[in-house]
Amino acid sequence: MTLVFSQLFTGISIGAVLLLIALGLSLTFGQMNVINMAHGEFIMAGAYTVYVVQQIITNAGVSLLVALPVAFLVAGAMGVVLEFLLIRRLYTRPLDTLLVTWGVALILQQLARDIFGAPNVQTRAPDLLTGSITIFSSGDGNDLMVANSRLFILTLALLAVAALTLGLRMTPLGRRIRAVVQNRDLAAASGIATGRVDRMTFFIGSGLAGIAGVALTLVGPIGPTMGTNIIIDAFLVVVVGGIGQLKGTVIVAFALGMMQSLVEYSTTISVAKVLVFLTIVAFLQWRPQGLFTLRTRSLA
Amino acid sequence: MSTQKPAGLRIRDLRVVFDGFAAVDGVDIDVSPGDVRFIIGPNGAGKTTLVDAVTGLVKATGSAAFDGQELLGRKVHHITRLGIGRTFQTAAVFEELTVLQNLDIAAGTNRGLLTLLRRRKSVPDSVAQAMETIGLTSARDRLAGTLAHGQKQWLEIGMLLVQDAKLLLLDEPVAGMSQDERDTTGELLGMLSEDRTVVVIEHDMDFLRRYARTVTVMHAGRILSEGSVAEVQADLKVQEVYLGHAKATSQALVQEV
Amino acid sequence: MTTATGRSAGTGADEKPEHSADRTRRFGPGTPLRAAAGFALAAIVLFAVAPLVLGDFRLNLLAKYLCLAIVAVGIGLAWGRGGMLALGQGVFFGLGGYAMAMHLKLADAGPGNLPDFMQLYGQIDKLPWWWEPFANPVFALAATVLLPVFVAFLLGSLVFRRRVRGAYFAILSQALAAALAIYLIGEQGTTGGTNGLTDIQGFFGFRLDDPLNQRAVYFIIAACLLLMLALVRQLMHSRYGELLVAVRDAEERVRFLGYDPANVKLVAYMVAAGMAGLAGALFVPAVGIISPALIGVVPSIEFVIGVALGGRATLIGPVLGAIAVAWAKTTLSEQFPAAWTYLQGLLFVIFLAFLPNGLASVAGLVRRRRPAPADRKAAQPKSVPLTAETGGAGQ
Repeated sequence: MTLVFSQLFTGISIGAVLLLIALGLSLTFGQMNVINMAHGEFIMAGAYTVYVVQQIITNAGVSLLVALPVAFLVAGAMGVVLEFLLIRRLYTRPLDTLLVTWGVALILQQLARDIFGAPNVQTRAPDLLTGSITIFSSGDGNDLMVANSRLFILTLALLAVAALTLGLRMTPLGRRIRAVVQNRDLAAASGIATGRVDRMTFFIGSGLAGIAGVALTLVGPIGPTMGTNIIIDAFLVVVVGGIGQLKGTVIVAFALGMMQSLVEYSTTISVAKVLVFLTIVAFLQWRPQGLFTLRTRSLA
Repeated sequence: MSTQKPAGLRIRDLRVVFDGFAAVDGVDIDVSPGDVRFIIGPNGAGKTTLVDAVTGLVKATGSAAFDGQELLGRKVHHITRLGIGRTFQTAAVFEELTVLQNLDIAAGTNRGLLTLLRRRKSVPDSVAQAMETIGLTSARDRLAGTLAHGQKQWLEIGMLLVQDAKLLLLDEPVAGMSQDERDTTGELLGMLSEDRTVVVIEHDMDFLRRYARTVTVMHAGRILSEGSVAEVQADLKVQEVYLGHAKATSQALVQEV
Repeated sequence: MTTATGRSAGTGADEKPEHSADRTRRFGPGTPLRAAAGFALAAIVLFAVAPLVLGDFRLNLLAKYLCLAIVAVGIGLAWGRGGMLALGQGVFFGLGGYAMAMHLKLADAGPGNLPDFMQLYGQIDKLPWWWEPFANPVFALAATVLLPVFVAFLLGSLVFRRRVRGAYFAILSQALAAALAIYLIGEQGTTGGTNGLTDIQGFFGFRLDDPLNQRAVYFIIAACLLLMLALVRQLMHSRYGELLVAVRDAEERVRFLGYDPANVKLVAYMVAAGMAGLAGALFVPAVGIISPALIGVVPSIEFVIGVALGGRATLIGPVLGAIAVAWAKTTLSEQFPAAWTYLQGLLFVIFLAFLPNGLASVAGLVRRRRPAPADRKAAQPKSVPLTAETGGAGQ
């Protein structure tokens, strides 16, 4: 019994990481239909931000709290620059965008290697987040333990979802973003500066990648190629969740995390990967547009 | 000219619902063989959606049969193979291919794999004839993307010709055309209808008056009125809808009366 | 018969009178005569000049580049002409490569023996059942091509029929590459894991460390490349090739002409997969190794850059691009690995953002091409105009 719960919670925490990574994509890919392969490198930038901040602020807890907004700004700024210099010209050519941003990703990785060195770097986690709490005590030594860092990531992911949902619904910018997604021409005709909205969307989406990077320092190594390894899973989450829908991303992130964890437990990691892929292909047979679809006049 | 009588389109209780909104809300239409039926109506009346439903682009309930064959529930390319062709509001031709290649593809639905895998040695008769008809023989090696707007529309009609469609659904074929181009398109339309059934969605009242044999007026997903041009123009309900919705069109319509 | 012609006839005729005549047709670019000359030239370079000029080491490098060029020819067809950005060609390259390598490992080990790495890792003492058929040379050779084609058929028919395309297709094919690489790494006992299948000695009875046999392998690869070029040229110039371009530019429109675009795309995708498989199979005797590092996400994307550089929609562009990129990689990456990564990144940015038709478009400016062949412009599937109107009548 404990085992099932333990696997479930592993799934939830894998899902939370996926969600944090995919959340930014659900804006840039989901809302704007831009495939930004450099999104993974923005995550990397967020992670290195923690490393840099810790060189200045030695207290692990404080540095983590400082790194969160700084990483958001750093990654967001990188996103805006990328949007302004390249992506803006490529809105009608999504496949070329994918390859161009892959090139940017390669350059950013090499920059990281040149600045921070090729080997992974270490950051210190705050004491508060290094331990684990016992959720369920079975008495026979098989207690259900949950790492604090995982709980922190879960909380961070849920907070980010809540902030994004509220932001899109309540703020004027959020309304503009949704207006541009649903009907770009009409939005432009109504006096919305669509170019600026695009840039803001990209800023927030990329900024969220920075936040994800900060979170990843708690559970994995920080290195130049850390972004490439996770980015495809995150794209799959958005594809399966459905374009332009936050709730799809949330549900699918947790579902995939859960599935990965459970299949992994009963077989091996490598088999789990293949099975998850086959499930996604099968799922797209059933719902080629993803779990939730946003009906606009531009989608047949 | 074929002596066989062309077949007709029969639509019963057709409904298309988008997220609870009925774009087409229980439509019955009969287009008899050889008819040239114009469908008019204000924006959002469901005209294009109706054509989309008949050609399999959107899901619909009810029935739409051509030549006794039910169309709903079939895939787009299967419906096409039953002899139903359509054009689109924005001319949809293959811009990176030449006029000849565009027509050749349209003519080739029934080619076998071996023919497909070989190079085209000569211009098929039907294609040559269609090029002559739409006046693009001298432009046969030009990329379709470089054609003028009107020429693209004619190329689409030419594709319908070689496709050997028995029912043609034309979505605003003269939108954005000059008067000269309209006249040419009208002549093409007359020729098409000699041995085919034609349904035209159109806003242009002058064009309608000259070339329509029968007219269906749609409003808010339903049929408002149906009959000859004169009958429809005299219909008070039609005038009311047009007065309420589109002033310019209504004036045009009232002036015709 | 008609009166409709008169008014419109003038517009097209007098704009480009020089190519209205058929007489340019026999000699211009894309004509059979020109193609024959091109093939003859390529054959002379590959079979006479290169073996004479290059030493054993460099000829072997060229053999490796030519394998990558074969993959590129297939990508050119699927992506340049078909608009399918196949980012998972490493999968097919890998399937072909592993099929070949499995046979060669079994042949090296001799009948009844386990391949060396299986004995080394010691996780199993019996040959896995799915290795056994590869002991048969005919089966293994057929599998190098047919296995990739079959996988492409399965994935393609599922995905294309449900109209998963464009970016979605690219991401899915990438995910497939990731999944296969992870699987191969994970199953070390039967696949060789991260190291892959290495240290291959013989090639159907010939020893691969003999320079003469290496030359023979080079000639086989060069012949295969020419054969694949001829095949793809035939496809591009056939009616099917025109249909493929039509599907690339306006998939929905093709449907309304009575074709199923899924089948059209499937053929090109399967051909591209088969070529990648063949290339993988030839890569093994030329380089002596196949490993997950050669087939994952990163190498799969790297296959594409050469194609973009040379001109994705042309026949010869992908070949030259792939060879150039592979050559630059070998030359630069050993001495200046950082510089190579920057350059590679820049290549992606420059050629996809600013020169989407590759160097072929630069050459095209000089030569002032005839408009008839459809290979002039980029392969980006444009949004089909008709879809804008179909979402619903609700305004």
